[in-house]
Amino acid sequence: MLNVSIYRYNPEVDAEPFMQDFEFDAQGKDLMVLDVLEKLKVEDPSLVFRRSCREGVCGSDGVNISGKNGLACITPLSEAVKGNKLVIRPLPGLPVIRDLVIDMAQFYAQYEKIQPYMINNSPAPAIERLQSPEERAKLDGLYECILCACCSTACPSFWWNPEKFIGPSGLLQAYRFLADSRDTATEERLSKLDDPFSVFRCHGIMNCVQVCPKGLNPTKAIGHIRNMLIRSAT
Amino acid sequence: MANIRTMSFDAVIVGGGGSGMRAALQLAQSGYKTAVITKVFPTRSHTVSAQGGITCAIASDDPNDQWQWHMYDTIKGSDYIGDQEAIEYMCQTGPEAIFELEHMGLPFSRTKEGRIYQRPFGGQSKDFGVGGQAARTCAAADRTGHALLHTLYQGNLKNKTVFLNEWFAVDIVKNADGAVVGVVAINIESGESVYVKSKATVFATGGAGRIYASTTNAHICTGDGVGMALRAGFPVQDIEMWQFHPTGIHGAGTLVTEGCRGEGGYLINKDGERFMERYAPNAKDLAGRDVVARSMVLEILEGRGCGPDGDHVYLKLDHLGEEALNAKLPGILELSRTFAHADPVKEPIPVVPTCHYMMGGIPTNVDGQALTVDREGNDQVIEGFYACGEAACVSVHGANRLGGNSLLDLVVFGRASGIFIEKQLREGISLKDATDEDIQRAMVNLNRVNQSVDGENASVLRAELQSIMQNYFGVFRRGDYMKLGVEKLDKLRVRVENVYLDDKSNGFNTARIEALELLNLFETAYATAIAAEGRTESRGAHAREDFQDRDDENWLCHSIYFPGSKEIGKRPVNFTLKTREPFEPKIRTY
Repeated sequence: MLNVSIYRYNPEVDAEPFMQDFEFDAQGKDLMVLDVLEKLKVEDPSLVFRRSCREGVCGSDGVNISGKNGLACITPLSEAVKGNKLVIRPLPGLPVIRDLVIDMAQFYAQYEKIQPYMINNSPAPAIERLQSPEERAKLDGLYECILCACCSTACPSFWWNPEKFIGPSGLLQAYRFLADSRDTATEERLSKLDDPFSVFRCHGIMNCVQVCPKGLNPTKAIGHIRNMLIRSAT
Repeated sequence: MANIRTMSFDAVIVGGGGSGMRAALQLAQSGYKTAVITKVFPTRSHTVSAQGGITCAIASDDPNDQWQWHMYDTIKGSDYIGDQEAIEYMCQTGPEAIFELEHMGLPFSRTKEGRIYQRPFGGQSKDFGVGGQAARTCAAADRTGHALLHTLYQGNLKNKTVFLNEWFAVDIVKNADGAVVGVVAINIESGESVYVKSKATVFATGGAGRIYASTTNAHICTGDGVGMALRAGFPVQDIEMWQFHPTGIHGAGTLVTEGCRGEGGYLINKDGERFMERYAPNAKDLAGRDVVARSMVLEILEGRGCGPDGDHVYLKLDHLGEEALNAKLPGILELSRTFAHADPVKEPIPVVPTCHYMMGGIPTNVDGQALTVDREGNDQVIEGFYACGEAACVSVHGANRLGGNSLLDLVVFGRASGIFIEKQLREGISLKDATDEDIQRAMVNLNRVNQSVDGENASVLRAELQSIMQNYFGVFRRGDYMKLGVEKLDKLRVRVENVYLDDKSNGFNTARIEALELLNLFETAYATAIAAEGRTESRGAHAREDFQDRDDENWLCHSIYFPGSKEIGKRPVNFTLKTREPFEPKIRTY
């Protein structure tokens, strides 16, 4: 039997959060962590977590699994269990609404701040705007972000200044638009990021890279933004 | 007023996936007060899982491509019960809708000319079926749905659409005239119930693949719109038509895009034989999805399945080479390694036909207006009520949807609904206000769940429902089995209506949402069962062992299920094209 320890907190009934232990029989299968949560929810319907696609593309089920942020649906027990124990907590650093569900308002607000949409005020052609495969390739590793918040909630700079530091996820998306040959708002975008906090609170510790379930590299993107900011200042 | 709060909008869209956000974008751009009610944060919607692409004749791969060829393919693919007027509209308007998405920033893959990359998909042809395979599916690698959904969300942020994220619509509010004047919805985080009043209510609630035990669909695909419509007394159309996607990963159900076969992958049985050459000598692995899925099941039934239990076949990709796979199908490599423990660069992926798409749904016209049928058999518009995307049956897919047409459907008809509602709002919409009783009526189910004192948990009942649907209403269907299935569902209904909610707390109570979703799953499943048993022929995805042939004399029509009588009727298929003579039904071969 596997020991599964889960963070529980329902503010309507619990005075404070606590860890609840469950015994779980995986029947020798290398299940995903989400499968375990689903099966435990059958036993205890009051256990609350977010989930949707169950294949790692929707970004709903970011949680802290045995100390590391990740998506429950694509993290197998073989990676997550340590010494017959699986510990599941909400993503750290943001307020908990209930059990494993966090309030992501701050995270989304940082995303919205970077103007996450194409800006190009020239008249659109009758067909698509042309873009070479090489120009398009610059968006690889950027556009795939699923907004799961695993990276930003693994980042001490974001823990300290969630209202002022954009965080790795938002900055990855900021660079996604800066890098797009079709976007014409480079200067406007850079000027909005040009303060001591938005970008420069990143200290390059790369927690974001270590946890990104899509294998993306926000630190690298932040490096590109820094270079663009420095270049535009000189 | 009933003792709940009211919020008022010009237009409310229920569902934050592709079609809902496309409709919302149209309305927000025009300045009308628009809200999207979505039970998950918009980018968690199931559109995100679409992989291969969006089919449309933008004439990139082939400069001479014509939307009329796409129209022909779609009509043939539908096994001739797709409405030709709607298919014509979709294929003709498509390019404009795609270019808008590109201008909005969708990161499509590119050709060396800098245009949008297109790949071959099943059922595609040039020159009305005689010019060979076409490559018409516009792609962003194998993450097209993700790219599309995020782009639409971004477009809505830019246009300041109001999002009621993590709100769940419970039931439709109808006024004294029977018009739809909004919904009752729960704010999931607080548990508060609110009457969301609207001059136009658009259901963009997606599919209901979770009625089956094995599905490519997300947990959230629970037929909420269909369930609510049926409870409000409105009919659904062609709901027996469920697409089983040929390539779901065996065991996990996760989708493997048809784009794999478009890029040159193919299916093999345990003898290593490329068996589709026998079933579809011309199109082979790129025949219609219904044809491929049935061929796979026959291979398995005849003992040529793979694995220790012989219960799946293999999708072979390794011959395409690592470089091509990394460039064109990176998401598939990830999914296969994670869920099948198979690296497609070196070994084939174990796959099996898996429930994928609901061709039926809420009947609408091309403007998204929801329809019912009166006693004389005439279409009647339901005032205030609209539907688009998978929840709707406009009907462009008929009995079988072509790959890549779902994304086109949701963009084109989300947009069309928005354009039409915008026009209606400009001209002025006046609907009678709902009374307290009208609102109370939409809270009956919610109150019953909230006040339940005994009964069974939703998860138990859901598993039983899924197993009945899987066993009695799957890829192959038989009258006597289906009758048995309906009997089982009749018994299950009593238990579902008595579902027990143990946890009565308000805040983020997902058990409450799952209990309400179960009611929607059940209504969708029941309508499917009755319609499937009633359609005594084989057509498209509906394959009966006891009626193996297509019966155009009796069934070249839509089925329409009425929740009041729990019976099906027939509704004529539209055979009017604006630009040419209609396509007459032919024997469908690939």
